[in-house]
Amino acid sequence: MSTSNFTRRGLMKTGAATGAGLALPTIFTSAASAFTNEPTGDTVTFGFNVPQTGPYAEEGLDELRAQELAVEHINGMGDGGMLNTFSSKALDGTGILGKKVDFVTGDTQTKTDAARASARSMIEKDGVIMINGGSSSGPAVAVQALCQEAGIISMAGLTHSNDTTGKDRKRNGFRHFFNAYMSGAALGPVLKEVYGTDRRAYHLTADYTWGWTQQESIQASTEAIGWETVNNVLTPVGAGDFSSYITPVLNSGADVLILNHYGGDMVNSLTQAVQFGLRDAEANGKNFEVIVPLYSELMAAGAGENIQGVYGSMNWNWQLQDEGTKAFVKSFGEKYGFPPSGSAHTCYVQTLLYADAVARAGSFNPCAVVEALEDFEFDGMGNGPTLYRAEDHQCFKDVLVMKGAENPTSEYDNLEIVEITPVEQVTYAPDHPMFGGAEASLGECNDGT
Amino acid sequence: MDAIILQILNGLDKGSAYALIALGLTLIFGTLGVVNFAHGALFMIGAFVAVTVQRLLGLSFEQIDPDKTDFLGNPLKVKMTYVESWFGPEVGGTIVDWSVPVAVIIAIPIMLLVGYVMERGLIKHFYKRPHADQILVTFGLAIVLQELIKYFYGANPIQTPAPSVFKGSFDFGVLVGFDPNAIIYPYWRLVYFAFAAVVLGGVFAFLRYTTFGMVVRAGMADRETVGLLGINIDKRFTIMFGLAAAVAGIAGVMYTPILSPNYHMGMDFLVLSFVVVVVGGMGSLPGAVAAGFLLGILQSFASMNEIKSLIPGIDQVIIYLVAIIILLTRPRGLLGRAGVMED
Repeated sequence: MSTSNFTRRGLMKTGAATGAGLALPTIFTSAASAFTNEPTGDTVTFGFNVPQTGPYAEEGLDELRAQELAVEHINGMGDGGMLNTFSSKALDGTGILGKKVDFVTGDTQTKTDAARASARSMIEKDGVIMINGGSSSGPAVAVQALCQEAGIISMAGLTHSNDTTGKDRKRNGFRHFFNAYMSGAALGPVLKEVYGTDRRAYHLTADYTWGWTQQESIQASTEAIGWETVNNVLTPVGAGDFSSYITPVLNSGADVLILNHYGGDMVNSLTQAVQFGLRDAEANGKNFEVIVPLYSELMAAGAGENIQGVYGSMNWNWQLQDEGTKAFVKSFGEKYGFPPSGSAHTCYVQTLLYADAVARAGSFNPCAVVEALEDFEFDGMGNGPTLYRAEDHQCFKDVLVMKGAENPTSEYDNLEIVEITPVEQVTYAPDHPMFGGAEASLGECNDGT
Repeated sequence: MDAIILQILNGLDKGSAYALIALGLTLIFGTLGVVNFAHGALFMIGAFVAVTVQRLLGLSFEQIDPDKTDFLGNPLKVKMTYVESWFGPEVGGTIVDWSVPVAVIIAIPIMLLVGYVMERGLIKHFYKRPHADQILVTFGLAIVLQELIKYFYGANPIQTPAPSVFKGSFDFGVLVGFDPNAIIYPYWRLVYFAFAAVVLGGVFAFLRYTTFGMVVRAGMADRETVGLLGINIDKRFTIMFGLAAAVAGIAGVMYTPILSPNYHMGMDFLVLSFVVVVVGGMGSLPGAVAAGFLLGILQSFASMNEIKSLIPGIDQVIIYLVAIIILLTRPRGLLGRAGVMED
């Protein structure tokens, strides 16, 4: 004969215990996985947000090529590229933490609102865990802020404005590319050596965040070597014909024109400056000179022979002879048939660095990734020993002073490396006034909870 | 004073381009009654004809230079153009150097054909549709054309230099009694201005002094009456569309040494040229030319530091500001006729 011990109190106790037991794993699981777009399947998705249309589309397409190559290398395809030279060995060519890497792409159109819209779409619809790429500082700052709000990692591509890791810095955002201050710090001593200390500079400046900060940085570095700044004229982005801005330069008392322009604007303003005879002119008893502080290979190709002898700076160039650069140029060159641009290098390296940080952290949680990247020192990715500084998430490494080649042998070597400026020369304090001063803060890491 | 002369000169070449595009735009509107938002794309296609001709003339074969290496460390392949190998380095080099003027000759039949195909293939189906439909379809066509150009030529500006003989600049100031270096002006911009004057004069002479032009002008004034006389005015208007396309095309070819061609240059010029047409008076050929130069020069003046320091940002809005003022005071534009777009 069996007896039953069911009582109302016993049933309630059992029910509460069972309920708590069932709920417990869920609570733990949700606590462990409570970050935006945690990958749950056997793949993890990256979002490559680059300009595929608009004035910087060519840069964006080169970034995409490099990002695709980086994904191949992370997933164990191809020759491994810079994974063979990277000082960290956390990646083994089997994906990241057992997951293969997949990617989706967005089109920033080099417009702030379009860049944010495509980033938001990739985060919300495609479930991307990080966003990488871009060719302009306006969209870069906007996308970085969006990623901070959403709780994912942003690794801006080609963004040279001081603001990106200055007053607009964010804990979830990192920048591998150098910045305007670094360009000025690298160029100053070279310009002093080549053109002397008695010069008068006239700036034409693109009227947006990048142009403003570059002009400020270059003015500071040239005035530090004794140059005088005659004028700074803001020009609309995409003006096309800069003749109205160039013609007053010769009679301004200046003997140097500094073009704080990028992309098609740089090509047009430099070409037109040459057409108006500035490079053949004399002023103040000296040859008139033109300087383009920020160079890219693609823009140099667009400017053709007009860049010959014109000084500028770059983050990286395929002609560097370190092992990392050689490995990347070989991989990229064999796949696509031409050497990679500087923006391609930045996006390739950032994709690998993100993957490596996840592998070292053992988690896709953005805050764990932030921790892994802060004060991370590495080598083998071009530019020599490199640091991702914790205070502002700016990458510090050697930068390049370039000059338009006098006798290029092909369309790819129209720039030549004048000097590899050591990182110590371009390093600054995290609370530097050009970078937001003491008020600038990364804020807290956001994992989306 | 020298600064004023400089800005007038700057405005002349910019105004020349506006006038050439606006002339075609208003010609098409005056003859066919179509607001052609693809007209800027014709300017862009012309520019890319120049790029194509430059590339064709630059077609080359490779020779191995065993003493040099490429970026992957392989023996360097040195290129030599077919033109130079056929005609010798001197003559061949000159032909390559003169690719832009050569492209003008090649662009004329190409642009006539493009205009004919555009009109017969698409735009004629929209003659009786509202202007909004015409604007939408031609704007869509412009986007398709610029994306095609981007697909084939990429998004970067492409250098298309002027012939060596026209490179550099001359001291215009010395000619008119100023100090050396006071007014420096590039040779090619002067060539462009002269070219625009010849083309504009040619179009006006064609319309004024030929029977064909007389019939077209009569058709613009009263299409039905001309039709009743047994004249196939539609055919003549189609030819005028081709002519307008050719004018925009060769304007684009000649502008390439001033502004490196890119796929969105047509759209950049279209908006300004449309404002030029409206300011000049819809359908008015002299109005388009006058407004083109007027707005080009005003835009240059607005870019002067002295003006910008007084009114920041004026260089970017001056054209639209002038358009608003003129339309408020003369709703038909500077030289517009009564009855045009007033139905």
